[in-house]
Amino acid sequence: MPEKRKEVIIIGAGAAGMEAAGQLARADYKVTVFEKEPKTGGHVKDWYHLFPDSRDSGEVIEYLDKQLDHKNIILRTGTVVENIKKNDGTFVVRTSDGGEISSDAVIVATGFDLFRSERKEEYGYGIYDNVITSSDLEAMFRKNEIKRHDDRIPEKIGFVHCVGSRDEKVSNLYCSKLCCVTAVKQAMEVKKHIENARVFCFYMDMRMGGALYEELYKESQERFGINYIRGKVSEVSENINNKLVVKVEDTLAGRPLKMELDMLVLMAGMEMSESGLKLAGASGLKTGENRFFSPADHHFGSNKSKIKGVFYAGACTAPLNITETISHARAAVADVIDYFRNPKS
Amino acid sequence: MLQEGKKRIWSDYQKEIADDHFFYVRSCIRQSFFPGSEQFFLHFMKNVLGKDVYENPSHTTCTGIGYHGDVVPLATIMTVVARHFALMKESGYKNIAISCVTSFGIYTEIIETWKHLPAELDKTREYLCKATGREFDVPENMAHTSDIIYKYRNEIADKAKYKLINLQTGEPLNVVEQIGCHYSKMFPKYGVGGAEFPNVLGGMITSWGGKVVDYPERRHCCGFGFRQYLVQANRGYSLSNTVKKFASMKPFKPDFVLTNCPGCNMFMDKWQYTMKTMEGTVYGDNGESIPVLTYEELAGLVLGYNPWDLGLQYHMVQSEPLLKKMGIEYDPGDKYKTKDGRQMPIPQNLINA
Repeated sequence: MPEKRKEVIIIGAGAAGMEAAGQLARADYKVTVFEKEPKTGGHVKDWYHLFPDSRDSGEVIEYLDKQLDHKNIILRTGTVVENIKKNDGTFVVRTSDGGEISSDAVIVATGFDLFRSERKEEYGYGIYDNVITSSDLEAMFRKNEIKRHDDRIPEKIGFVHCVGSRDEKVSNLYCSKLCCVTAVKQAMEVKKHIENARVFCFYMDMRMGGALYEELYKESQERFGINYIRGKVSEVSENINNKLVVKVEDTLAGRPLKMELDMLVLMAGMEMSESGLKLAGASGLKTGENRFFSPADHHFGSNKSKIKGVFYAGACTAPLNITETISHARAAVADVIDYFRNPKS
Repeated sequence: MLQEGKKRIWSDYQKEIADDHFFYVRSCIRQSFFPGSEQFFLHFMKNVLGKDVYENPSHTTCTGIGYHGDVVPLATIMTVVARHFALMKESGYKNIAISCVTSFGIYTEIIETWKHLPAELDKTREYLCKATGREFDVPENMAHTSDIIYKYRNEIADKAKYKLINLQTGEPLNVVEQIGCHYSKMFPKYGVGGAEFPNVLGGMITSWGGKVVDYPERRHCCGFGFRQYLVQANRGYSLSNTVKKFASMKPFKPDFVLTNCPGCNMFMDKWQYTMKTMEGTVYGDNGESIPVLTYEELAGLVLGYNPWDLGLQYHMVQSEPLLKKMGIEYDPGDKYKTKDGRQMPIPQNLINA
């Protein structure tokens, strides 16, 4: 009697979940993908151009959509997975619509949430009209309309790095890793849209630890004249002319700085997703001090959970860029296949 | 500016404020510089709202100014505060109402220290017992008196005789709210509305018909800042901080400043005299300086009390321009008369007089 075809459940249809689904489907496994949102694509679909090469995010979405387009994949959007239970080597997943579905393995790919910038009250997001987030700016890029709330074109724009990252006050000690390069990319993008704009990036450290990041940083200064000021913004307010007044400590010049800006962009960090946290609590999955899923081993088992047969893929384990997310998803697939072939190892 | 964003923050910082049976602790300097404020608070609570508010004659300074001036050690101030709590316990009260923002900051800092370092609490119990034979309990509820007026702001609005409306224009008065740094900047959870966008005074202003001015240096120190002022050589720094605030608020044409801290009221009031004398600068509209009121004085004005009974004449910047805008009736001849009608000396060189 032929062996029953193995089935895998993937929770989350962002970059990691979609890539893992495609890889497993092509290896002839049956895959069911659950996505809580009505659409697939996670955060990538909200972005305009991607670093380091300004690729249109639509190209990545197109690639990911192709991964899902396979006869072995069932996609269920608008469905939240509430918990995972292991029962004699089979996993039973309960969904928000009251359903239950079983599988032979589970990949958790619940991704991340962007830090809610209103939690940094001193920056006035949600209060001052022209304080926006990196995500809001991407939406403006997509519409090709970078405007202030009063429809004027901003001439002087600031970027605040590390919003919700490396910040004990909001219990996020970790670096979100991608905000620095995103700020560099967005600052250049702003200059492409508004040639005469003056752009200032307020940073703690420029963490350019990725392929071509440093080159991008250099180009932003030499070709686009972006100004980098090393210091943390302490407060934002608004003057009588509806300009933002930003106070920052310029730590290289060794003095406080006060600046009027037309627009301020907050580089929101990455946090463990709320849905991931709920799933962890309901399923007995371990989370780390940073609240992301904690892998079984940081060096040799970054895709494995402490429950055999439950695997992690992508930014639900730590902030990752798209390249790393896709590699991590492929590694999760390799671990799943190894688990099926060598269940006792 | 989106008011909804502020409301969302305020909803995160709702503090529990007791509604009766208060052990009231006065401020050292408020009694001297604007004595009508504490008097009005006690009258309003006891006679208007019918609340039980008790003062113990053995209550002393909290020594906060000495502590911040580095002449009173932490162990000493903790013992002094513990003695206040002992007086409260002996008097049968559990809710403390604190008139001074410096004291309020001291109480919150000490209580938080005891929570995080229980050994300090044990040491304080021992020191107090050795020194006085007394025992104490930590208050069940701790409120600044501005929290209490905030709590009853709508009752005051219901009884209001005057509103914070400019009678000539029909527009709401522009009000600068000046929250004492030690009210919530150290521990946002102890302040109504938190630290970045506090609502303790803003809530009163809007309930009574006015409009809060949000200006760039809103969060900046008034200029008191203890060491800036207590060390005589630093007083220029104190003044420069106050100038920075007034220069920042000037374009918004504030009709008056409302404070909840004795230091803020004193410095924003009295430094205006200095600024005018040194530089000839005034920061209000129509060549006038900006009156600086306490929340009790403002509550009293809104309720229709005689401005001179509230002690407005004891400020350096006089309030007549504001009284006229609000349409408040007053007798200029009574301004410097005692309650039994005797004429007091009339101060010279007052501003806006």
